[in-house]
Amino acid sequence: MPEFAVEVFNLVRTFSDGEVRALDDVSLQVPTGQVFGLLGPNGSGKTTMIRILSTILSPTSGKATVAGFDVVKQPNQVRRHIGLAGQNATVDENLTGFENLRMIGLLNHLNKSYVVAKSRQLLEDFGLSDAANRTTTTYSGGMRRRLDLAAALVANPPILFLDEPTTGLDPQSRQDLWAIIEHLVEGGTTVLLTTQYLDEADRLAKQLVVLDHGKIIAEGTSAQLKAQMGTTVLALTFASTDGALHAKPLLADLSTHPANIEGTVIELTVEDGPRVTADALRRIDAAALSLSGLALREPSLDDVFLSLTGHKADDVTTSDVAPEDRREGRKARA
Amino acid sequence: MSTLPAAASTHSPLRWAVSDVLTIARRNLLTLVRIPTAMVFLIIQPIMFVILFRYVFGGVIKIPHISYVNYLIPGILVQTTIFGSVGTAIGLAEDLHKGLIERFRALPMARLAVLAGRTVSDLFRNVLVLVIITGVGFLVGFRPDGGFVGYIQACILMLIFAYCLSWGFAFVGLAAPNSEAAQAMTFPVIFPLTFASAIFVPLASMPSWLRPFAINQPVSQTAIAVRGLMLGTPHGESTWIALAWSLGAILVLAPLAVNRYRKVA
Repeated sequence: MPEFAVEVFNLVRTFSDGEVRALDDVSLQVPTGQVFGLLGPNGSGKTTMIRILSTILSPTSGKATVAGFDVVKQPNQVRRHIGLAGQNATVDENLTGFENLRMIGLLNHLNKSYVVAKSRQLLEDFGLSDAANRTTTTYSGGMRRRLDLAAALVANPPILFLDEPTTGLDPQSRQDLWAIIEHLVEGGTTVLLTTQYLDEADRLAKQLVVLDHGKIIAEGTSAQLKAQMGTTVLALTFASTDGALHAKPLLADLSTHPANIEGTVIELTVEDGPRVTADALRRIDAAALSLSGLALREPSLDDVFLSLTGHKADDVTTSDVAPEDRREGRKARA
Repeated sequence: MSTLPAAASTHSPLRWAVSDVLTIARRNLLTLVRIPTAMVFLIIQPIMFVILFRYVFGGVIKIPHISYVNYLIPGILVQTTIFGSVGTAIGLAEDLHKGLIERFRALPMARLAVLAGRTVSDLFRNVLVLVIITGVGFLVGFRPDGGFVGYIQACILMLIFAYCLSWGFAFVGLAAPNSEAAQAMTFPVIFPLTFASAIFVPLASMPSWLRPFAINQPVSQTAIAVRGLMLGTPHGESTWIALAWSLGAILVLAPLAVNRYRKVA
């Protein structure tokens, strides 16, 4: 295995005859044996990246290698080194859990007895033994994700692509999947993970890049990213919108980042939570404004986005038109 | 957790391609077992046609020298296998829109196994339907004189024809926005081909403007050949013409479907 499991150079992918640039000159290197995070909101180009790296979609320009093989020129070698699982959990609903794994194993050209043994083992490892012989229509969302991940692992791929593996899952299922992913990485697997959640990237990924509108807007470790934007978010809820508007200029110099105001709430990204909070309260009190709520919390993806781009992560403009929607992409080339 | 070593293959690429086709075909046939209602609908429709034409319209349709039920059943069998091949469009459209084809594309499997596996499983399903509808035919009085060999030859001929046609429906399935639309899109093709044909009534009864189309179109030639083989009656060059149509169809339709498959996802 080369030093970098995945290398991407100036990758561009456009849809709708170039109108939508799902990936806009993206370069990155994923070190072998780590979890690498692709963080970004819907429509930022994460899924497009995963689809190109897993040879499903061809790039418009640029180059990408996986396990040292070119995704365009050597797709079959790439496919032999990867496992793919994601938010869509594409398990076959008419097959049982066991049949799903067996099918994927056989299509990976592994021998039959191995596939049967491995499928049983994975079902057991992922707590699906009891459901092994039920069709997957009876599975819960969390079970489907686990089966989908198990299917990606049948061939023991050294590189795993996980596209928003925990989106839409309940907290317990998220924890379970995180534990599984951590275990895989301990065993030497390289994981490229996309996520909308900073806590997920924080927990799993050693390094990450932040994507927005197909471009990398930040990269580094999650600690570096957080340090770059302050460690705490102070959220102040005022009794009225007017109060919030009055307070904003009074509080502006407490943070190096611009304050975010939404209705009656002002959010400030700050370095020293308790000290700044005390300071803010003194100023609000002096101005005779009344507060109805106060909270200190960890920065979220929204905060990262706000501080990096000046717009919120869910502030979708052109980004929600096509890139993440596979059908849209298909139509564009029809 | 997983400690088993990955047991990679040593077989030739061709052998793996065949294995992939069979894996996909088997998976499709399991669907048939899991959703038996789909099979029931596939059988109910031809049974309704048998009842409709045997007992409702059949009384007024007079065929020289043979009973109408003997005329009808070979035609119904041809119609049924053609309708069966429409399943290729529906199945592929479903796989495409559920994201399964995308998943298959990230696997080191043979590229065309998804299409070939689908057409092969639909062929197998057509064999089952043929057996069942032949049984229904016997129940309503079908008594062919062409013997067992003639019957088998006729079945092989219509299965070949339906198989070749299913590549066209594969194209439709991959081009359709969803499985319902895929089914609807096949209708304008299927309807004139099966009804303006020698399936239900003799061509001589049709108006002169329709007759040239009805005589020369592939479904009629297949129906005439199948009927002749089953009943042991003369049917001219129809068998060869039907085979030529089949060959021509697959030579045109398969590349279309394959080309479409490369573009989707």
